[in-house]
Amino acid sequence: MPGATTLNLNNRQPLRATGDSATVRAVLIGSVVAFFILFLLLPLVVVFQEAFSKGLAAFLETFRDPYTRHSIILTLVIAVISVPLNTVFGIAAAWSVTRYRFKGRSLLITLIDLPLWVSPVIAGLLYVLVFGAKGWFGPWLREHEIRVIFAVPGMVLATIFVTFPFVARGLIPLMQAQGMKEEEAALTLGANGWQILMRITLPKIKWGLLYGIILCNARAMGEFGAVSVVSGHIRGKTNTMPLHIEILYNEYQFASAFAVASVLALLAIVTLILKTRAEWRAEQELRATRSAKTP
Amino acid sequence: MRKRHVLPGFGLSLGYTLVYMGLIVLIPMSALCLRTFAGSWEHFWQTITDPRVLASFQVSFGLSFLAALLNGVFGVMAAWVLARYRFPGRRILDAMVDLPFALPTAVAGIALTAIYAPNDWIGALLEPYGIRIAFTRLGIFIALTFIGFPFVVRTVQPVILQLSAELEEAAACLGANRWQTFCRVIFPALLPSILTGVTLAYGRAVGEFGSVVFIAGNIPYETEITPLLIITKLEQYDYSGAAALGFLMLCVSLVILIISNGLQAWNNSRNGTV
Repeated sequence: MPGATTLNLNNRQPLRATGDSATVRAVLIGSVVAFFILFLLLPLVVVFQEAFSKGLAAFLETFRDPYTRHSIILTLVIAVISVPLNTVFGIAAAWSVTRYRFKGRSLLITLIDLPLWVSPVIAGLLYVLVFGAKGWFGPWLREHEIRVIFAVPGMVLATIFVTFPFVARGLIPLMQAQGMKEEEAALTLGANGWQILMRITLPKIKWGLLYGIILCNARAMGEFGAVSVVSGHIRGKTNTMPLHIEILYNEYQFASAFAVASVLALLAIVTLILKTRAEWRAEQELRATRSAKTP
Repeated sequence: MRKRHVLPGFGLSLGYTLVYMGLIVLIPMSALCLRTFAGSWEHFWQTITDPRVLASFQVSFGLSFLAALLNGVFGVMAAWVLARYRFPGRRILDAMVDLPFALPTAVAGIALTAIYAPNDWIGALLEPYGIRIAFTRLGIFIALTFIGFPFVVRTVQPVILQLSAELEEAAACLGANRWQTFCRVIFPALLPSILTGVTLAYGRAVGEFGSVVFIAGNIPYETEITPLLIITKLEQYDYSGAAALGFLMLCVSLVILIISNGLQAWNNSRNGTV
């Protein structure tokens, strides 16, 4: 069983000859832990510490403010629209690039990744150039009294742009590794495409899908730069939670700014926990399919 | 045989993918390119050689590079510790690596500012020594290091896990000490993935906005990043100026993406993974 032996090799404790000395280990672990505490843990601690710096009552008072409440609702609305759209796209994109071979396939995979490397500010700029007052559709939209920029539709579009790759990226490596033997078997047994997708593929990829959706949602709710460019910052109308944090912070309402921030920080922590779990489950299932294939 | 694909749904899934991507990504991007070239070449050149713009390039591109280098060092150390050592709390550290990715940038921005502002937390400790971090270039450097950190760890870690133990054993048998083994055997095997990670961290840092804008102070010529300058131009309704800067940054992102893809291919060929 060649597969099983490699697995053992990777998991075993290093031997004395190839392991690091106790001093090296201690120094490395110590400096990495120090780096983590200073760079990663401290910001998180500061958010919660500052949020409760004026006491629990002040913390809760922030969430009685109608503008804060509106920003929370708008953040949820934008996520509820953009995450499902990108999920459907992610499944379609991953299905097409992992199940078929065609010309331009690797270019397509690169293009799917592109929005991740575009500055969020430029993502916002793109939509201003298309839908803004002096943009392509600007005059037409004004004639028909439709507002896209400085309104919710533009914010949804900008959010869709920046969260566009997450689901596809989570699925493509997984579906590539899983292969399509099961799908082909289902086809020979007379299943149609829809049945294959619902009964075979989706159950197979559910953890990878969940992983992508979690990351997509975290980014959708937390996006700042892209949404900031297209929002116009109208309180009670086009303010999401991250934008509301900025306004509160610039008005020196630090405790309130951090109170709203703490909700998003909590979301980030939950995201990390769920993501780690989904990643682990996806890996386990992949290992199971692999060992089933190489008996 | 006209049908080359076994599974049904090729036309539907690829068609949907292309239409959706066209609407969301490609049409807006072509709007940016057309807007850039609608104006005259002189105007484009004037915009990007304006001293204030050049200063912002220095801040954005220069500090991103330094931050990516620091991430290269700490990222490799963290990846090594997480992949090779077993110690209590390792899994928590491992999950924490992605925090900069999961934490909304505005939250990271105000948290870092609070830590390094002159009258708070670490800022207050350094103030007596005349070291200021928030509202200086040092602050931008720290914010860019923060958001780039996961990239190096997450590209190097799987390669360390896949390194075959035989190579290190062979080096030890041939009389190499641990340091020689690291320099001559391990490091060359990791190099492509380290470069990939540093490139990705750089790409992320160049365009970063939310986590930088609070700690930067945004003083023109000093601590003003290029994305902020794009927003300033948009607010002044200078669409073609904003488009010129946006186009330039988009090109930089594309080059970074191409380089990282090339490095990834090098990494895969060296380590034999597909």
